Amino acid sequence: MACFLVPAGEAVVTTVVQKVIEHQGKKGGEAKAAEMKLKWSKRLGWLNIMLWGGSLLLALEHIWHGEIIASPPFLTAMKDATETSIMLHEIATVGVAMAVTITVIWGIMVLVAELKSRTAKVKVQPVRGGA
Amino acid sequence: MWLILTALAAVAATIVWYVKSPGDKYKLGILSLMLWGATIMWVVDHIMAFASEGGEFFELGTDATMLGVAVIVLALVVWTLTLVITDPKGVLKKIFNK
Repeated sequence: MACFLVPAGEAVVTTVVQKVIEHQGKKGGEAKAAEMKLKWSKRLGWLNIMLWGGSLLLALEHIWHGEIIASPPFLTAMKDATETSIMLHEIATVGVAMAVTITVIWGIMVLVAELKSRTAKVKVQPVRGGA
Repeated sequence: MWLILTALAAVAATIVWYVKSPGDKYKLGILSLMLWGATIMWVVDHIMAFASEGGEFFELGTDATMLGVAVIVLALVVWTLTLVITDPKGVLKKIFNK
């Protein structure tokens, strides 16, 4: 009914966080810290694209099924109290589950990327000592 | 059916992104992540609906198929707009600077 509103709300928050981190990274300061902030800004970008893209495409599905309309109250479920109650329940269950699943999958992506980058750094480090 | 079509498009976009890696000149990563985001959300939606209401897991039919096509078209439109706005190859810049 309007389950995509939860991931869309999360997208707003994560986009603000990403912009703040990106701004801090570009502002300079200690090189390593700035590099770290830009790295995290890029990684948050992955989450943002999944959340915004997913929410947009789900919004299309809701328009297709007549659950979103162009005039107020915009959500057809809000015309009736019983329907509104069902909609809120769906937002609290399906919507939250969607947002949590996307975030968990993003967490796994970040973990894999971090492990890969650490492995690559270890391989690049020159061998010390020797003849 | 729209879940299956979106998932197929996500897989296809990811394969093309991987083939074109490490550079992402055409921003295929955006298209791929966008489609995966929608696929994951619909998988959760379908599982929860199936667990609570039962019935068919996939909606098959002309309407569901057309919705799947519309979803892919919208994703491609957003991706095209991103390409035109960011102009990674500088094509528009060259045209306007002529």
